[in-house]
Order: sequence, then structure tokens, then C-alpha cells
Amino acid sequence: MTSSSADAPPAPIERLEAYPSPVAEARLREQLARTWDVGSGVIGWLSVVDHKTVGRRYIATALSFFLLGGVLAALMRLQLAFPDNHLIGPDRYNQIFTMHGTVMMFLFAVPVMEAMAVYLVPLMVGTRNIAFPRLNTYSYFVFLFGGLMLFVALLVNSAPDAGWFAYTPLSGPDYSPGKRSDFWAQLITFTEVAALAVAVEIVTTVFKMRAPGMSLNRIPLFVWAMLVMAFMVIFAMPAVVTASSFLLLDRLVGTHFYNPAEGGDTLLWQHLFWFFGHPEVYIIFVPGLGMVSAIIATFTGRPIFGYTAMVLSLVATGFIGFGLWVHHMFATGLPQLGLTYFTAASMIIAIPSGIQIFCWLVSIWRGRPRFATPMLFAIGFILIFVFGGLSGVTLASVPFNLQVHDTYYVVAHFHYVLLGGAVFPLIGALYYWFPKMTGRMMDERLGKASFWTLFIGFNVTFFPMHILGFKGMPRRVYTYPAEMGWGTLNLVATVGAVMLLAGGALVLFNAVRSYLWGTQAADDPWHGETLEWATGSPPPAYNFLHIPVVEGRSAMWQRSPSPPVVVGVRSDCREVVVTDVMDAAPVHNYELPEPTIWPFLCAVVTSAFFVGSIFSAWALPISIIPLAVTLIGWFWPKGKRRTQRVEAPLSHGPVVSSREEARA
Amino acid sequence: MNERMVLDVAPLPKFAFGHKGLIWWGTVGFMVIEGSMFVMVIIVYFYLRLKVANWPPSLPNPNVGLATANLVIVLASCLPNALAKRAAEAFDLRKTRFWLVVLTFIGAVTLVIRAFEYTQLNCRWDDNAYGSIVWVLISLHTIHVATDVVDSAVLAALLFIGPVTEKRFVDASENSLYWYFIVAWWIPIYLTIFWMPRWL
Repeated sequence: MTSSSADAPPAPIERLEAYPSPVAEARLREQLARTWDVGSGVIGWLSVVDHKTVGRRYIATALSFFLLGGVLAALMRLQLAFPDNHLIGPDRYNQIFTMHGTVMMFLFAVPVMEAMAVYLVPLMVGTRNIAFPRLNTYSYFVFLFGGLMLFVALLVNSAPDAGWFAYTPLSGPDYSPGKRSDFWAQLITFTEVAALAVAVEIVTTVFKMRAPGMSLNRIPLFVWAMLVMAFMVIFAMPAVVTASSFLLLDRLVGTHFYNPAEGGDTLLWQHLFWFFGHPEVYIIFVPGLGMVSAIIATFTGRPIFGYTAMVLSLVATGFIGFGLWVHHMFATGLPQLGLTYFTAASMIIAIPSGIQIFCWLVSIWRGRPRFATPMLFAIGFILIFVFGGLSGVTLASVPFNLQVHDTYYVVAHFHYVLLGGAVFPLIGALYYWFPKMTGRMMDERLGKASFWTLFIGFNVTFFPMHILGFKGMPRRVYTYPAEMGWGTLNLVATVGAVMLLAGGALVLFNAVRSYLWGTQAADDPWHGETLEWATGSPPPAYNFLHIPVVEGRSAMWQRSPSPPVVVGVRSDCREVVVTDVMDAAPVHNYELPEPTIWPFLCAVVTSAFFVGSIFSAWALPISIIPLAVTLIGWFWPKGKRRTQRVEAPLSHGPVVSSREEARA
Repeated sequence: MNERMVLDVAPLPKFAFGHKGLIWWGTVGFMVIEGSMFVMVIIVYFYLRLKVANWPPSLPNPNVGLATANLVIVLASCLPNALAKRAAEAFDLRKTRFWLVVLTFIGAVTLVIRAFEYTQLNCRWDDNAYGSIVWVLISLHTIHVATDVVDSAVLAALLFIGPVTEKRFVDASENSLYWYFIVAWWIPIYLTIFWMPRWL
């Protein structure tokens, strides 16, 4: 599997000193811009392979779904504000809470985290694009079409209504006639295909495309978090694809996976779903941990305390996350001994989380904290997440779990973990990286106002739900009688939800206003730690004029006054440096593919197949040919291209000059 | 900028076989994903076994003859596969073409036999949960075989039509890796489908 060339492998040439001439720099800049051109026009728009453009679209799309999911949540809070309320009927309410959970988990949380990775990871590791850029484009369109399908289903009153985890037999053919559950099952397929593709890209980018010098022990914590997330996606998502495909087959062609009458088993669904579903929680908040590490480092002006412990904690979380799934199933009558094991495992997860919390606290304690908006969100995260973690540990204990099973205590807990663990870091991250992505600063005063509105609104909404859970209020009821005495707390929660909505609107307003009229951002407005701040705001299509050589774990803070860079990367084609996994020493150069329309077309055919298979099994044979055609078109090389090695071509302007200087 | 040019990567090659290159990582990534899927489906097979008294539940055992013959063919394909991989890594265009065509041909033969294997299962997918899982298991693998046959055919065509670049040889080498993966998975899947009903 290694290179077959018998003679000694060619090595990069190390040179002591060589400075590029300004003329050569300008020529290089111009040529790189031409080579890495993002494209224009409709076809160009659909063909884009630039990770920043795709990343921005991915983020914007996921945030739009977040907004829609938030509106659905507001509708539920409106309905529950008063006892015996009949604003929304039970059938509509079932669709709304199912949509809310499904949208937030599958169309917002996972995609937005991967989208942040798509945008930031190549910049942070110092390369020009993500690995497999066409796959990235394909992933985005599959995700987009899947989301659109679900909302079209809602508009035609066919949205799923069996809860976001779609338990069988409720979601099966006997109890959910019509197409509602099928839309849910296929949405899973859409989003998982998209997520798995991005996960492979992230792993490859992080392992093989890091700038020279960024050895494993110099990878930024944010990138580590995204790497762990990608691995978790790779191992968790096949379970849910299996589960939802079985469900679809049961409903469409009469298989019996979940049918106990014919040897199937309904609990099988829960095992498969939660084997994915529990890691899913970590898939969502591990990236959040990475964002918080990036923000805290920058705003305390020091590297995060305990780098090795932090990395090991992230990796440990990734492993332990797969051993917890049964704690979602304590009420299903599984053997006592098994439950005990899963209680213990669920408590162990507190250790790596605790280590990270303490490392952040030490970093803040020992640093010089600046309380800018991103930092406020990071601190808000710590508070909320610790609280959510504690309510999680209580839930892991079987007797207590049975007491509050399927009550609002659970709703309160997972909103503390997910909003605290993922949404707060994410909003902090948007404030933090907005200048990099758009070239504009967001308004600080509005930013701080939005933080406090969200922080207070969040606690007012979700804290009372713990008590509602103690009082026995079950989740997913569309209304409740006044005698239960749940009215006041529900009203308080609804008031909080209004605040949350207002806070969200403030963030949105701030973003739009800043995007249009905000002050111009400098390349490195926060004095950040990692490489994305070494380039322009927003970065040029080729990311870096020269691939940097990384000198320390804090790439920006440990950079020498005249930073070392790589030369000899071709600028007349989309060439990147491929490095080795451990030390990030250059191994070879590799030409990444150009933009093309085929991934889009392939995504269209894939989507038609997924939607078609909701209605007929014939979708598979019918779509195989167009699918094969689009895939072959995707891989077919364009014309006679120059891929042979070229000896010091003219296009190497600065390199040639530096070589000549070196010889002279 | 006052950047110092300290590292000139121009002499480095433009491609690499195996784990040094990007394509290997993509291929292995998808092998891990699909491998996880195979594992899940096999686990479900045994999980469902635990739910009933007899296996297969009120159905005859599958016939092993044809499937075993096909297993032998699939295993034998490892030889041309190894030769294709070796030829690709030596940039031997003539041999790579030849072995890729052979591989495509063997894959196609396997697929045709596979179609007849479905008749040897002695169950339908909608008979009961046993039938469902058997059909899914064999179909999941068949899809992989079909994908790689098309993949090999396209690669072979590319090598005949051109332009032939070093990258094509890397693709051919990774294609062989993927074929090993498919062959390797057929062993546990074959044992599960055709022998577990007799052993369990």
C-alpha cells in the first residue's frame, strides 16, 4: 500500500532565507485568484467547490432551519401557555413537536456543526480547500433537498407525527398509515448521507492536509473536536440509516423487522436508534466544546490549560458516548444487570466533561479575560452546560429515571445540554468568526444585549420545566386540565420563550445590519490563536498566498516576525500540499478537482430517488441508470489536462526567482 | 509581507499510493461506514434469532450449493485483483488494463450467479422477519458488488480512452483495495445467510 518507487523518495528542499519580490507576489496573487476562481452565473453557482462558499451556504441553510424549528417551538409554547388551550389541535400538535425535534437535530444541530467545520477546518490547518470538494458540494445539495422535502410535507399536512425518535410500532405500518413516517425515515437518509460525506472529508483534511509543522500535538483544539465529531458520525450514523431503512421497508414492501407477530421486534428499533441517538448528542456538543476552547483561548490571551488532557477528554467522550444508549431505554424492562452497567457508564462520561470544564476555568483564572460577546457566550455555555450535565447524571440513575421518564424533567435536561452545549457556543462562534466570514465586525452593544436576553430567556423557559417534570407533566401532551396546577409554570416558560425569540431576533438583526453596514474587520481583529486569522477577512478563494509553516501549537502567537512559508506549490492548477499524519511533513502535492455541475446533478437524482422511494419500490430500478450516469460524469476527467510533472514552469514566478536567488 | 520561504515542495511527486494519498483515506472512510452498516445488519440477524424458538422460523433452510460455488469464484477473483493492483502500482498500463477487464468480467459473472442465489434462499422478504433480514443482508452486499463492477468497468474504459495520468493508476490501486473489502465481507455474510440456519 506504500509507494512503489524503489529509489529514494524525493524530499522537499529546505532553504534558509529567501524573500519573494513584491512583483512576484502580485503575480502569484493574481494567478491563484484565477486558478481558484469560485465561478459565476447559475451553472457556476451550482458547481461551486470552494469550502468557504459551500460552508457559508451550509451554515445559512442550517440556521434558516433553526429559525423555522424555533418558530415551531414558539407555537408549542403558545399552545401550552394556558391550561385547556385549544389554539392547536392534537394532530397538528403532534406534527409540530415531531417536526421541532427532527428539524433541530437533523437539519440544524448536526449540519451546522459540520458546516462550521467545512468552513473553518481547512483554514485552521492551513490548506487551500477541503479534501474531496465535489463530495462536499454534493453533500450540501442533498442536505438542502432533504430539508425542503420535510417542510413541503409539513405544508401539505403530511409531516411526521410519531416523535423525533419515531418509535415503532407507533411509526410502523399499523399505527401510522399515510406517508408521514415515510417522510421522516427518508429525511434521515438524506441528512445521514450528507453528514457521512462531510465526516470523511473532515477526517481526511485533518489527517492529510495540515500545513507543514502542524504535527498531531499542535492541532488546534477546535480541529480536534471536529475530528472526534467526524469519527463519531462515521460510527454512529450507519445505525440510524439501518434503522430508518428497515422502517421504510416495513412500511413499503412488507418486511417484518419491527413486527412481533412475524418474528420481528419493536425494541430493536430503540436499540438501533439510540445506538445512534446517544452519540448524536455528543456529535452535537463536542464541536461546541471545540468552539468554546477557541473562544476562551483568544479572549484570555493564553493557550487553553492542559492541552493533552483536553484532547484525551474529547477522544474519551467520543468512545464512552457509544456505551450509553440503553439509558434511554430504562423504562423498557431490560435486565437489571444491564441497566446497572449503563448507569455506571453514564456517570463515567462526567469525568472527561469535568476535566474540560476545569481546564477552561483554570485558563480563565490564569489568563486576562476580555468579556467580549463571544466570551460571554462561552461563559454562559459553561454555566448552562454544567447544570445540564448534573441533571443528566441524575437521570442516569435508574429509580429516579423511572420516576421522571417522559416528563418535562427530561425536556428540561436535554435543552440545557443541547442549547447550553451547542447553541450557546455556536452563537458565540458566529460572533467570533463573523468578521472572518464576512469581513465585517458585529456590533458589540447589540451582541451583549442579545447574550443577556438569550441567557435569561433560556433559564426562564427551561428551568421551570424541571419542576413541571417533578409534578408529573408528561412531554408531548397538547394540553392539560387546569386542576393539575401546571398553569403558572407553563406560562412562565412561555414568557421565557418569547424572550428567547427576541434574543434570536436580536442576533439576526445584528448579523444582517453588520453584514450590510458593519465596520470593516481587520485580518485578525481579536488577536486569535489559530491560522484562520493569518489570512484576509474574508479569506481569498485560495485561502493563503503561501502555505504557512507552523512553528508551535499556537500557530499565530508563536509565529516568528517573518513567518516561514512553503513554496513550490503550483499556482496554475488547484494544487495542495499533502502531509503525513503524525508530523505533517510534506509527502506529495495533489491537484484538487475543479468545479463541475455533476455533483449537483447527482444530488438531484439522489434526492429524486429518496423521495420516490417513499411512494414506490420502483424508485430504485428507475433511478439506478441516471445515478450511474451522474456519478460517471462526476469522475470522468475533463479533456486533456496537464497532470504530468512540470519542471519549474513559468507560473512558479516567486519560486523561480527564489531559486535563482538561492543559486546566486 | 516579509515571509521567509523555507520549504520548497516543488520536487515532491504529484500523487501517492496507499495511505500517503488522499484517495486511500476517502476509500477507507467509506469502507468503515459501509463496514459499520454490515456489522449492524449482522447484529440484527442474531438479535432476531433470539426472538424465536426455531431458526429459520417455519421455513426451509437455504440451499448452499450455488452460493458456495460463487464464493469460490469471488475468492478466486483476489488473484486478478492482486495482479491489477500490482500492475497499477508499477504504472504498467497494458497489464492494468488487462487485469481490470478480467476483474470486471469476473464481477459480472458473480453478479449473474448472485441473481440466481436469491432463488436458493427459500424465503421471501415478506414471509417473516427472518426472510426480511436475509434479503437485506444479501442485497446490501450485492449492491456493493454491482457498484464495484461498474467502478472497475469505468476505470478500465478510462485507461483505454485516456488521458492516462498517474492519478488513474492510484484510482486503480484503490479500486482493488475496495474489491478486497467486498470479498472479505462476503465470507461472514455468506456464513450468516447460508450456514447459520443450520448451526443455530
